[in-house]
Amino acid sequence: MSGSVTVARSLDQALDALRSGPDARLVAGGTDLMVEVNAGRWQPGTLVSVDRAPELRGWHRDGDEIVLGSGLTYAEMERGELARLVPALAQAARTVGSPQIRNAGTLGGNVVTASPAGDTLPVLTALDAVVQIAGPEGTRISPLREFVRGVKRTDLRAGEVVTAVRVPALRGAQEFLKVGTRNAMVISVVMVAVVVDLDGHTVRVGVGSAAPVPVRAPLAEEYVGALVDWERARMDDPTGEVAAQFGELVAQATSPIDDHRSTAAYRRRAVAVCAARAVRRAFQEPESP
Amino acid sequence: MARMSLDLTVNGERRKVDVDTRTTVLDLLREQLGLTGSKKGCDHGQCGACTVLVAGRRVLGCLVLAVTLEGAEVTTVEGLADGDDLHPVQRAFLDADAFQCGYCTPGQLCSAVGMLREVGEGWPSVVTPPGATVSVSSLGPDEVRERMSGNLCRCGAYVNIVPAVLAARR
Repeated sequence: MSGSVTVARSLDQALDALRSGPDARLVAGGTDLMVEVNAGRWQPGTLVSVDRAPELRGWHRDGDEIVLGSGLTYAEMERGELARLVPALAQAARTVGSPQIRNAGTLGGNVVTASPAGDTLPVLTALDAVVQIAGPEGTRISPLREFVRGVKRTDLRAGEVVTAVRVPALRGAQEFLKVGTRNAMVISVVMVAVVVDLDGHTVRVGVGSAAPVPVRAPLAEEYVGALVDWERARMDDPTGEVAAQFGELVAQATSPIDDHRSTAAYRRRAVAVCAARAVRRAFQEPESP
Repeated sequence: MARMSLDLTVNGERRKVDVDTRTTVLDLLREQLGLTGSKKGCDHGQCGACTVLVAGRRVLGCLVLAVTLEGAEVTTVEGLADGDDLHPVQRAFLDADAFQCGYCTPGQLCSAVGMLREVGEGWPSVVTPPGATVSVSSLGPDEVRERMSGNLCRCGAYVNIVPAVLAARR
């Protein structure tokens, strides 16, 4: 590694350090960035560590919303009250890398890296998450669907820091499914998140690793939303046809590719199966005690 | 090349070191502090051989910049035993013959110690049934496999590592 590392102990220090030059880059958990550095694939100039900036840590409730600090680790998303409030995010977090990776890697890092295989992104996409950003010009917000512009490309401008991600606290089931070659330390082949909003009468779906950016499936959402009995929060689907059709519609919203991890055809099929399974789970009868 | 003075506690001992700001914790431990127990396997966060505990939490020494650990408490495999008294996890690995070449063992040991603490605090895993609570006493082989999945053993000693970790609970 060339250059040097600055430890920012506050958001202001981080913003100041970013002004030091155009080659300054932020590092939090280091689980993506340090891999590139150690492999010699990338030589950073100045690294600004924000691991210790308190403004970015933790999460809190803000009315009907949950404000997730960009420094929130996967381990913190996996458990406790937050796992009850956003269960799909907890399910996704539990599948990331390994326990050691989850103790270090952060939500902000996942969002800013903007990999098509970013594990939290399908969940955040289904939740219509909004990214909060601080920069030299003050603060601004950017909806996630606009923030992620392409494969590892975002709307983040020079000198800016993602400070938090806002998601709604919704009443209803949430599911996250992921396909990979093994359980741990794997980059996903596909991911599907399904989020039910019992008050808004909507079913939302987010899909990852099946397009350059995480995608929603509006036709699938409308199709299944119209067939849910919202009073009972149940879906009448004794033959499984509704779930299967939902899965097909979700798959049609994707544009997967062939690569060294899988094929486009397999990904489409896996998305359909995962989406059907997720929606069945979301509306299944609770098991009698 | 910038350097910085760093104050941290390693295995209970206060250390003041002068480091290149780009140094990882793993290189600091091995190259500057002479603690070569933590191993450099893959150097990109996949193998777990460099697992150490920071404030009791397991992290990968190869991915953490040393300068971010000002004031932190680091425990390596060298710090697990109490003098000549081995840590229960170390004892269990010996009793169960939970290694072959031993290269991954320091990481496995630190990981198991950190993992048992996480379980003790009720952290769920992806294989924990929804709504269920986990405890050290009820931990089964599936949970151990999942929770130790960040530590690879190329010799394939897993068949003895899992029973060793289960035995170390007592």
